[in-house]
Amino acid sequence: MSNLPETPRSFQDIILRLQSYWASKGCAILQPYDMEVGAGTFHPATTLRSLGTQAWAAAYVQPSRRPTDGRYGENPNRLQHYYQYQVLIKPSPPDLQELYLGSLEAIGVDMALHDIRFVEDDWESPTLGAWGLGWEVWCDGMEVSQFTYFQQVGGHDCHPVSGELTYGLERLAMYILGVDHVMDMPFNNPQTPIPLTYGDIFKQTEEEYARWNFDVANTDVLLDQFKEAEAECEKILAQEHVDPKTGKRIIMAHPAYDQCIKASHMFNLLDARGVISVTERQAYIGRVRALAKQCADAFVQTRAGGWQPEDAA
Amino acid sequence: MPDLLIELFSEEIPARMQSRAAQDLQKLVTNGLVEAGLTYASAAAFSTPRRLTLTVEGLLASSPTTREERKGPKADAPEKAIEGFLRGAGLSRDQIETRETPKGAVLFAVIEKPGCPAAEIIAEVLESTIRNFPWPKSMRWGSGALKWVRPLHSILCILTDEAGCDVVPLDVDGITSGATTQGHRFMAPAQISVTSFEDYSAKLKRANVVLDAAERADAIWHAATNTAFASGLEVVEDAGLLAEVAGLVEWPVVLMGRIGDDFLDLPPEVLQTSMKEHQKFFSVRNPKTGRIERFITVANRETADNGATILAGNEKVLSARLSDAKFFWENDLRVAKSDMSVWTQALENVTFHNELGSQADRINRIAALARELAPVVGADPDMAEEAARLAKADLSSEMVYEFPELQGLMGRYYIESAGRNAAVAAAAQEHYSPLGPSDDVPTAPVSVAVALADKLDTLTGFWAINEKPTGSKDPFALRRAALGVIRLVLESGTNLRLNSVLVTQLALMLGNSQVEVTREAYMKYIRQADDAGLDFVADDFWKAFLEVAPDMDQDIQEEAIAAAPHAANNLLSFFHDRLKVYLKDQGIRHDIIDACIAMEGNDDLTLLVKRAKALSETLATDDGQNLIQGFKRANNILTQAEEADGVEYSYGADPKFAETDEERALFTALDAAEAQITPAMAAQDFTPAMSAMATLRAPIDAFFEATQINTDNQTVRRNRLNLLSRIRTLCLSVADLTKIEG
Repeated sequence: MSNLPETPRSFQDIILRLQSYWASKGCAILQPYDMEVGAGTFHPATTLRSLGTQAWAAAYVQPSRRPTDGRYGENPNRLQHYYQYQVLIKPSPPDLQELYLGSLEAIGVDMALHDIRFVEDDWESPTLGAWGLGWEVWCDGMEVSQFTYFQQVGGHDCHPVSGELTYGLERLAMYILGVDHVMDMPFNNPQTPIPLTYGDIFKQTEEEYARWNFDVANTDVLLDQFKEAEAECEKILAQEHVDPKTGKRIIMAHPAYDQCIKASHMFNLLDARGVISVTERQAYIGRVRALAKQCADAFVQTRAGGWQPEDAA
Repeated sequence: MPDLLIELFSEEIPARMQSRAAQDLQKLVTNGLVEAGLTYASAAAFSTPRRLTLTVEGLLASSPTTREERKGPKADAPEKAIEGFLRGAGLSRDQIETRETPKGAVLFAVIEKPGCPAAEIIAEVLESTIRNFPWPKSMRWGSGALKWVRPLHSILCILTDEAGCDVVPLDVDGITSGATTQGHRFMAPAQISVTSFEDYSAKLKRANVVLDAAERADAIWHAATNTAFASGLEVVEDAGLLAEVAGLVEWPVVLMGRIGDDFLDLPPEVLQTSMKEHQKFFSVRNPKTGRIERFITVANRETADNGATILAGNEKVLSARLSDAKFFWENDLRVAKSDMSVWTQALENVTFHNELGSQADRINRIAALARELAPVVGADPDMAEEAARLAKADLSSEMVYEFPELQGLMGRYYIESAGRNAAVAAAAQEHYSPLGPSDDVPTAPVSVAVALADKLDTLTGFWAINEKPTGSKDPFALRRAALGVIRLVLESGTNLRLNSVLVTQLALMLGNSQVEVTREAYMKYIRQADDAGLDFVADDFWKAFLEVAPDMDQDIQEEAIAAAPHAANNLLSFFHDRLKVYLKDQGIRHDIIDACIAMEGNDDLTLLVKRAKALSETLATDDGQNLIQGFKRANNILTQAEEADGVEYSYGADPKFAETDEERALFTALDAAEAQITPAMAAQDFTPAMSAMATLRAPIDAFFEATQINTDNQTVRRNRLNLLSRIRTLCLSVADLTKIEG
């Protein structure tokens, strides 16, 4: 116990420790993707980079939005905007479980006192056309992470297989810091001259977004934006591989994928407004999945997706 | 005789797959060994979250040498023939023998296949087992192509005999076999070298791993009940949960925790379900009050603070979970008390099935049907309809959204809280029953009406869209629904004429615009077969149908009505098939049921079973059994005569043409039996009718004994045949005895 680092004191301390831990294990520490996403998996650093043969190791914080989970900042555990910490390593290293457990120790979980369990949880993302096998990781009965070996993404079999770790940061931090309501959680060091809690930063925004998400968002506009993103995505992917201006082979997998992300978020907002019926729901998910698959098809034809110039010959 | 020990060590295997995987490992390996000639004395397999283990004792050290003798051509045969023989045997000329036979000198090859050492066979069998393991779901990892349930890390494979222990060399995609394993992930992670199964299991136990799942489950249950008992409490039994929890730990440590006072007033089922589903906790009950007051969790390790940190964490998680449950419960109660129609309206947006409309559509149909069925089962029609309208309202509640398995039960709580009639509330919970052959059948009339309506709606709906069960596929559990109807009808002793209910419901379903395709298919079939049963559509039915479906397009109405009887017939046969299975379990032969199904009124299942039981009892007697023989003899003679003469002998047997005493006695007996059978059958009083029938046995036997049917006197012959016809008619009025076997 003595050689363990001092217990973290704030939300950001936990994030910083995860960043430095995974940096020390060789991951590229990326920044959040600059678009609205429902989970860290949507970041192209996971979705697209899990495809193809190139090795990859990245970690990042991803702000995530789930409009239906908004509770006006009143629920101790539920937020419409929250943070995920995401690690993706390809190929999955044989000691990924040990690496993961090391990260828990790094943020102050004493393995000698806690009960850590790997409980079956098969992961599936219908919108991304992706699935994998793995576990939810329990610490004293609480789910603190998702641990997944990707088998398929965007309809493509993963060769090699990526190992994905997703930490629900608020829940994990609340547990480590012993906080019962997310809004009471210290965001920075409580001993500093200007201590800020999670609530100081996010209570108001949770209220604002909950109201907008549930009651105000213009569903006609959202629906139009969904359709526009869908059309734009398909238009981008329909372009010739060779750019007529530069004469270079430029497949625009990432710009197209941005539109897929946008469509997915519009769908989430429409869902929160309660205007999508159960039957329509499946159809919308299918439309986003179709986009994700086309983006995956495009990405594997790019260099980052493992394409080699000699493949063209 | 060496012993074999195999351990496949991996990342955490899902609890639900472990025990089956251990059995599969044992089966695949031992079958492979035996096939290769390696027999063994005994074998056993074990599983933990991280390992599958197989021990095989008393194995042969090598497969036996086999010796095969082949007879070849004559010694003086052409060279070509001898060469061919040598090639086939894989031997050279000097390795074969020449033997003198009565036909001269003949070549013989003796092919000896030396046995193969056990290690070689084991390596081959184990590799093939690993590569072809029947996991319900398997995966790849890293850069490899090998599939396992989760990444496979090491293979322990050793053969042990008096001389010591040897590793069986094996390499599966870079994983090489060895004689080591690891203990508990956290408590004893060091490598362990083992030399035999005894050594292995002892060392594992020292390294905080209990190998045997049954031993872990026993230890958990023992510790849990003791801990609860010490506080004057008892653990709520749950065998499924116990097996699952035993698959989540290698070193079980039982801890009992508290449930916050705020939550103790939640319905016990809610506490229990939330704790079990989310946290895999056992519920701990106060036997005096029946309330659930504590929980048992099973940790995977011992700690310096005796589990205090773990327990505090679990209590905190539970408290967050139960806050959700309490929030749902309180919100739901508020809705239930103010206006439950919010919930039923919300079901308009919930699809039951693409072709069968929304849950709200379904509820409307069930409500109408429950009302119609109510008088038959002795329920108040208004109350049955109200109950049907509310029975599924809880599907919109937050609690049932979170815990679907609480459907019905929550409905009961909510309907009660709204101050509705207790019978209406009970129907919400009971209308799903019976869920299986051993599930209780509701007896309250309102519950029976709604339960019947619910199941009949499901069956007629899926029949209308041609989604019938085939083989082992029954995705909508229609067999269960049909058995449910059968048990509800039989156990309440209801005389329900299913046919008219089925036809009306099917016509409604088939008239639904969404089932156009199926309706057209039915129509086509009917036109082709021209056996439409259109006669069935009597005027009053037509009128009744227009009342229930006024908005239906006229053409569609006509087609739906024409198609319905056909579909109903088919569905009724399905009921009869399920009934046969059900009655067979109660010891009633299928041919007896067939004999009764062939009778009028076979859509009244209560009547049908009453008839079958009476017949079964009659056939169990000597008279009954012999009567069947007499009946068959009469029927055969009569049928042959009718075929030969081209006429039907059905009328006019007259005692005045009787020549023998036995013949006259039979007339008297038939008169007497008929006098009893006819009124008894009219009153559907089968037992006396069948007893009366059985009394015919002696006179029929005596008649056949003494009387020749075919005589030269045609008048006498005809009279006797007409007499046989009376036997046939009378017996067939009770049941179709031609269907009885033997």
